[in-house]
Amino acid sequence: MNHLDKTDHPPTVQETELLRFTTAGSVDDGKSTLIGRLLFDSKSIFEDQLDAIQKFSGAADQGSVNLALLTDGLRAEREQGITIDVAYRYFATPRRKFIIADTPGHEQYTRNMVTGASTADLAVILIDARKGVLTQSRRHAYISSLLGIPNLVVAINKMDLLDYRESRFRQIVNDFTSFAEHLDPGNITFIPISALQGDNIVNQSDHMPWYDGPTLLSHLEQVDVRDRRNLNNFRFPVQYVIRPDQDFRGYAGRIVSGTVSLGDDVIILPANERARISSILTPDGEVDDAGPGESVVLQLDQERDISRGDMIVKLDDVPESATRFEATVCWMYKQPLQTGKTYDVMHTTRSTRAVVGGISHRFDVDSLEQIPEKKLNLNEIGNVVLETAQPLFIDPYHVNSGTGSFILIDPDTNVTAGAGLIVEGSGAPDAHRHNTPSEKTEHVFWQDWNISREDREIHNGHKAAVVWFTGVSGAGKTTLAKVLEKELWEKGYQTMLLDGDQLRHGLNRNLGFSPADRKENIRRVGEVARLFFEQGNIVLCSFVSPYKDDRKTVRDLFPEDRFLEVHVHCRPETLIRRDPKKLYRKAQLGQLKSLTGYDSEYQAPGDEALSVDTDTTEVEQAISAIAAGLYPIVKKISKKV
Amino acid sequence: MNNLHIHTGNGQTDSITAFAASGLSGPPVRKRPTHLEALEEEGIYVLREVAAQFERPSLLFSGGKDSIVLVHLAEKAFRPLGNPFPLLHVDTGHNFAETIAFRDALVRRNGSRLIVGSVQQSIEKGRVQEETGPEAGRNALQTTVLLDTLKEHNIDCAIGGGRRDEEKARAKERFFSHRNVFGQWDPKNQRPELWGLFNGRMNPGEHFRVFPLSNWTEMDIWQYIATENIAIPSLYFSHARNVINRRGVWLDDSPFITRYPDEEVVQKTVRFRTIGDATCTGAVLSHASSLDEIIAEVAASRITERGNRHDDKRSEAAMEDRKKLGYF
Repeated sequence: MNHLDKTDHPPTVQETELLRFTTAGSVDDGKSTLIGRLLFDSKSIFEDQLDAIQKFSGAADQGSVNLALLTDGLRAEREQGITIDVAYRYFATPRRKFIIADTPGHEQYTRNMVTGASTADLAVILIDARKGVLTQSRRHAYISSLLGIPNLVVAINKMDLLDYRESRFRQIVNDFTSFAEHLDPGNITFIPISALQGDNIVNQSDHMPWYDGPTLLSHLEQVDVRDRRNLNNFRFPVQYVIRPDQDFRGYAGRIVSGTVSLGDDVIILPANERARISSILTPDGEVDDAGPGESVVLQLDQERDISRGDMIVKLDDVPESATRFEATVCWMYKQPLQTGKTYDVMHTTRSTRAVVGGISHRFDVDSLEQIPEKKLNLNEIGNVVLETAQPLFIDPYHVNSGTGSFILIDPDTNVTAGAGLIVEGSGAPDAHRHNTPSEKTEHVFWQDWNISREDREIHNGHKAAVVWFTGVSGAGKTTLAKVLEKELWEKGYQTMLLDGDQLRHGLNRNLGFSPADRKENIRRVGEVARLFFEQGNIVLCSFVSPYKDDRKTVRDLFPEDRFLEVHVHCRPETLIRRDPKKLYRKAQLGQLKSLTGYDSEYQAPGDEALSVDTDTTEVEQAISAIAAGLYPIVKKISKKV
Repeated sequence: MNNLHIHTGNGQTDSITAFAASGLSGPPVRKRPTHLEALEEEGIYVLREVAAQFERPSLLFSGGKDSIVLVHLAEKAFRPLGNPFPLLHVDTGHNFAETIAFRDALVRRNGSRLIVGSVQQSIEKGRVQEETGPEAGRNALQTTVLLDTLKEHNIDCAIGGGRRDEEKARAKERFFSHRNVFGQWDPKNQRPELWGLFNGRMNPGEHFRVFPLSNWTEMDIWQYIATENIAIPSLYFSHARNVINRRGVWLDDSPFITRYPDEEVVQKTVRFRTIGDATCTGAVLSHASSLDEIIAEVAASRITERGNRHDDKRSEAAMEDRKKLGYF
């Protein structure tokens, strides 16, 4: 039976990458024709398929084939001449294999495009050159940006009907660009095409010598697909427990993000139990480490009660465990989403009940405005607050799409009713962990201080201020802060120095290094700084504080003219040479993950911060530069008599 | 000594980029998977979802290359346990002998449970009516037999080897495809599938069809068979066979086919691109006798693999109509 023995050498299979893209356009923009053209010109259409559509369209005698018929698969679609549902198409070139999710542009449009976009590396938005940028085009761009598609191609079609005029192309490019400024749509590429005539689809057009960019196909083949995978935060939702006998207990699942290695210390959620990775089994055998997207079976060094829906994460990088969070929801069901109704939520491999606590607002996808609303109708998008029966282990969608996404299921009909994207910093942590409500509850009223800061400042003889040092580990933040504090102290100022290690040993002991925990860490630090500030101190804070948003949150706690941000930085070689806490060494050896500036993101400040380059600046010079900004703020005041 | 360098502008690269530029060892970079690795991973993930979400799933096994790849994936997905799904074969009774021999050998080797739904028995029981004449086929009868068998064994999920590139109605199919209590598919009312979240919820009496190979093409299947060294029936390799030519399709000179008077039997060197019921599966003239040669032939082919399937040629929407009723 086995005919493999006929080949005494392993057959040669060319290794190619997979690119998934989605196409969107309004009715009659020529999207089906474009796909038909792409398939036809790349020789991915077979003769019997062509025969069939020729027969159907009666096109044989007209000398041209209706390429749109290739993509309309259902009888009703061919009869009505429209595309009803997402269709998947496949073609390959020697460089890449392509999966197209072709999403129809009419009613049901939002639901279909969100579906197609949820797995796409790239989106092609089609615009009819005669009509220009329509409401639909804006929606397409908005959804691509919402779903975090890293690459956008705007194909401006039907150029043949406008005599291939460059001015029209430029005008549409300008219109689209000015709209897209309000979004975060990734890289945008504009290509003038005629799908019907085949201009700039596969072959470079002779009609548009003014265009020297790539054809659509060559762009698809060569575009650098920015990695959507998160390599930093290890998240392993247990999918299935494999237990063939008493001796083997393995946890099967797909690594959503991050990497795992033999010997890693892990935490199992929600039990919060510790264990160590003792084996990593892939479908092709045992390995020492594995990364995002790989389906593996993990074994632990000790017996734990683990089942589907639990999550295995690293000891030093635990996601937020939340029972209440805000999410952007795209509603896909004819019964509107309503406050107070219960749904089933599927998040990673975990399912639980969820109730919609409130609807913050609906997005008008055309104007991008937020509109107060009590319900969300089919194909509408809005922000809602969900409360779940069991905690979910979440990250913001834009940091980690795998742990930032979920679907809502109507429990009465079992239908998938909505798709959700978790909003950054929205999670109210599960009560079992750090018990901090995300917002002030209505029972807490702001009390004026018994003795005002102004009085304390007069008593102290100077004004209060906050100097916030931000930068990666080893840049020199704490060194500068210490020298500055000594100088201030000697000149008679009241000071307090806060630094990351100090707080992490006490107040913030229960926080790790996940984006959510980093955020909470900085939030607490900001509040502590505020107490010292209100006491009239000059508060020097030395924190990596990698995220711009978090620093802004802290800044907003203080009067604008009392907060001084200092960005301390130097060359990577210097960091590694200094390495005061041997963190870079550990990271290079793979013993430490999520080191800011190494394998974890640092968002450098812009104009809001004073910048100190510790490669080129002596300590005294840096201090005098900071002092020059600080002394006018904290100027001495004479005591009232 | 005026090297004070303090500026408030933005002109810094972020540190991650700086690491890459500095040539120092930066964070670990993982290679993007090849297309076959990505497809295998997707298939394994879907199979594990089936095992987790359903109580009595079963794998539809035809003896064709797609269902053989499915069994291979199931073996890999549950190592060291092996394939946990029983195999379900809807047997038209009009088989190529090689198919049945291959099936039985595979079941013996893997120790899987085999469930057979027999069209012949259904005909004898009067559940279905045999077609007659030269165009007679048991293809349409399979739907009833399949649904009866699922019901008899309480199967809540049937895993199939269907691929979206095969046929235009299949291009609209979901990974997790819901079937109502009558086993019917409602193509205009399918559940959206987002990210890797598959909704397998249903009411009692309903079932799911799950297609882990949805995103594979014929070429992917062949390349995967080659790289994984998967055994396949000899019918796929070129061999001498007695055939008849009916409207351009080479059909096996099978005892199950009634010949038209003017059809003559000739011997040709052929191979099969798909394997199904012997009465409706056409062969292609081919000298491809190794996987390398088959891959080269598939790459050069200008006809789809189902172009030789008689069952699809009955009408423009033949597949859609059959699928709505509960076909594979």
